[in-house]
Amino acid sequence: MSEATLTETPTPDDDGVVETADHGTHIEYTDDHGHPETTTGLSNNKLGMWLFLGSECLLFGGLISTYMLYRGRHTGTPGPAQLWDIPLTSVSSFVLLMSSLTMVLAVSAAQQRDDRQTIVWLSVTALLGSTFVGAQVYEFTSFYHEGVGFTTSLFSSSFFTLTGFHGIHVTVGIILLMSLVGIISRSEVPGDKAEVVELIGLYWHFVDIVWIVIFTLVYLIPA
Amino acid sequence: MAIIEQPSAVPALPTGDVPQFVTPASSYGVFRRPVTTTGWRSWIFTVDHKKLGLMYAVSATFFFLVGGIEALLIRTQLLSPDNTVLSASVYNQMFTMHATTMIFLFVMPVTTGLANYFVPLQIGARDVAFPRMNAFGFWCFLFGGIFLNTSWLLGGAADDSWFIYQPNANALFSPTHGVDFWSLGLQITGIASLTSALNLIVTVLNMRAPGMTLMKMPIFTWMVLVVQFLLVFAIPVITVALFLLMFQRVFGAQFFNVDAGADPLLWQHLFWIFGHPEVYILILPSFGIVSEVLPVFSRKPLFGYKFVVFSGAAIGFIGWGVWAHHMFASGLGPVSVAVFSVSTMLIAIPTGVKIVNWTLTMWGGKLWFSTAMLFAIGLIVEFTIGGLSGVTHAVSPSDTQQTDTYYIVAHFHYVLFGGAVFGIFAGFYYWWPKVFGKMLSETLGKWNFWLMVIGMNLTFGPMHILGLQGQPRRMVVYPEKLTGEGFFNLHFWNSVASIGSYILAIGVFMFLVNVWHTTRKGAPSPLDPWDARSLEWLTTNPPKEHNFDTIPHVHALDEYFHLKYEEVDTDAGPRLVKVRTAEELQAEQEANADKHIHMPSPSYWPIVLAIALPIMAYGIIYSIVLTVIGGAILLLAAYGWALEPSTAPESDYDPPEGGSPTKELASV
Repeated sequence: MSEATLTETPTPDDDGVVETADHGTHIEYTDDHGHPETTTGLSNNKLGMWLFLGSECLLFGGLISTYMLYRGRHTGTPGPAQLWDIPLTSVSSFVLLMSSLTMVLAVSAAQQRDDRQTIVWLSVTALLGSTFVGAQVYEFTSFYHEGVGFTTSLFSSSFFTLTGFHGIHVTVGIILLMSLVGIISRSEVPGDKAEVVELIGLYWHFVDIVWIVIFTLVYLIPA
Repeated sequence: MAIIEQPSAVPALPTGDVPQFVTPASSYGVFRRPVTTTGWRSWIFTVDHKKLGLMYAVSATFFFLVGGIEALLIRTQLLSPDNTVLSASVYNQMFTMHATTMIFLFVMPVTTGLANYFVPLQIGARDVAFPRMNAFGFWCFLFGGIFLNTSWLLGGAADDSWFIYQPNANALFSPTHGVDFWSLGLQITGIASLTSALNLIVTVLNMRAPGMTLMKMPIFTWMVLVVQFLLVFAIPVITVALFLLMFQRVFGAQFFNVDAGADPLLWQHLFWIFGHPEVYILILPSFGIVSEVLPVFSRKPLFGYKFVVFSGAAIGFIGWGVWAHHMFASGLGPVSVAVFSVSTMLIAIPTGVKIVNWTLTMWGGKLWFSTAMLFAIGLIVEFTIGGLSGVTHAVSPSDTQQTDTYYIVAHFHYVLFGGAVFGIFAGFYYWWPKVFGKMLSETLGKWNFWLMVIGMNLTFGPMHILGLQGQPRRMVVYPEKLTGEGFFNLHFWNSVASIGSYILAIGVFMFLVNVWHTTRKGAPSPLDPWDARSLEWLTTNPPKEHNFDTIPHVHALDEYFHLKYEEVDTDAGPRLVKVRTAEELQAEQEANADKHIHMPSPSYWPIVLAIALPIMAYGIIYSIVLTVIGGAILLLAAYGWALEPSTAPESDYDPPEGGSPTKELASV
């Protein structure tokens, strides 16, 4: 036994026995017919995506808290009541929510291995997302012309940061969707194509759900 | 994009109907994949969890030395009254960067490195869930750390203490780029933490060997799992805070502008909602390590395994509800203070449970005082001292007296140095033969341990006295005439602390000497030098690239121990008798070796993607052009990454020479 090379190795008793100092050493064998689960059943990618989205919740949680703290602090400059254009934002919110529907159709088509339909619905989703981002750019521009820029007040800084972060998330989603369209049409998806579509779908739905929260807290509930 | 990656649990060709469309050329993405297995290329393009774990540990240890030198300069400045070693400005940078380096660039990455190396081995896996993301995380940490430290050369480092309180850190009071480097650098290392957390959680939850249920996992793996959940939810909160800080300083946002009506407590809340879970992120891996080390060197199973697991998880949960105890002096109001006082006292319970379990693990055991064991016992003792002074902070009236004094400094160095760092050193000594196949010298190890213990108690012990005498934290100089007389003389205790820090430094130096000595003429390690209990020892030293020749089937907690020992009835009742040696088990592994093992392929993209981040960060500080260049690299690397499969098809490798393809491992 190689342990003999060490001077301080604790050796079992002379009879070659190590004492059971605690009953915990008894071996507990599992029934072999009932295989214990050693995975979650979700694929690595999907589990990773869910964890990432969990992490994103805290990111938006921090940004939303900041906005809620500062939304009333805009002394002498226009605040929410003067700026909001609820009909416009409602329409763009509706467009974004509809994009979740088209995303579901894309996932469904991908699971049926229908590349053409997948590409169509992914493109429609990206188009609807772009409409939303376009409306947001328009909204930001009009606020700026009304004298509310990023540095104007605590309210404006936190508003533009929160909605800007959301807009960036939608934009990244659009880039992912368009890249996916390009990659699928050249049949170069490494891995399970339907799962890749589903993963991007998860991200897309998450971004939509965050917007529901933001739209409610920021636009609908008066400060 | 990083999420889209082939699962590597069953490394094989891409599934489904894809392969017929993937020609070898297209599966390269843009370039041919790196295939070298030796030389520097095999390191910088690697996705192997063991190489990455080693790189994490080596880089982090380098930053440990940097942070240590910063600490020595701080103590030298405070060695005697009216000292002028450091100017006030440099001193401010020194303690800020000392803390930042030790927390973000040493303890976090070194524990990530140990987790990377040993978690797959402990759960009987061949690799991690996202090998390329793992590599990306390492490079983000390294580049983020280097980026952060370049601030020393570019006008000065951050100088507002490690929590960068507002509005003290706005451009008016902190005019250099130091805070900008700090906020951007920590964003980059934050990405590293987040990716490694996602990777390790999925690895642990999805890739355990057959039979290894959650309650049969080694305790280190359990603690790492808890820590990764803390990271997943804590990192985004500091990310928000860092973004607000960056927008404030770079783009003129108002978040912390008190003139505009900003609330300075916003920063404090965001920072400490991250900051308190962070404390457990630092300490729990070390708890895991000593929970591995103590049973092995006590020749007993861990006492109350389930209690240790659940108290670790409880610490993880309660750790989210105590952050405001860092803010008792900020005027939160009596209700908040009372609530956070009570929750802070509550968290002492699961911690106490662990201390009891460790003590009872040793109770009645056959103790072997190896260096690893000494460090583990050192953790129990020193952490308990730090934990007790921590309870005095939970009592808010007493905390109000202690806030921002050296008493706090004493407390967190006892738990972080005496706790986290001792645990890490226990891990170094315990796992060194596993990683390098050589034994660290026990003689030098004993010197290393005792000098560090004496040094740390001399350094941080007197700080209790200094703090209760009212010496404030971050104090650059104290005049001779105000040092007082007799036992509570500030000059005397400051000198003791400074001399203690030199002894501590010699202790750490002994570790480096030990490493140098061992590398040059250390004895080769036996296969199972400690008669260990968990699965990482069921492979060669150092482990093979594919970890296990055949994936073990797990039947019990401490599986490896139970493979070696079986219970037999003797006259004196049931006894455990050694029935197989480590060598026999290894031979058994090799006899049953799997014939075809495909490991994840190396990739260029992780390092390319990571290098884009500091380029973009420099751009935010100096010139938008750099940001655009960095962004372009980022986009290119993201596409390259997305277009290449995690495991390259066989045809992508160079034509096999002499029959055996490069990556196909025949049975040995």
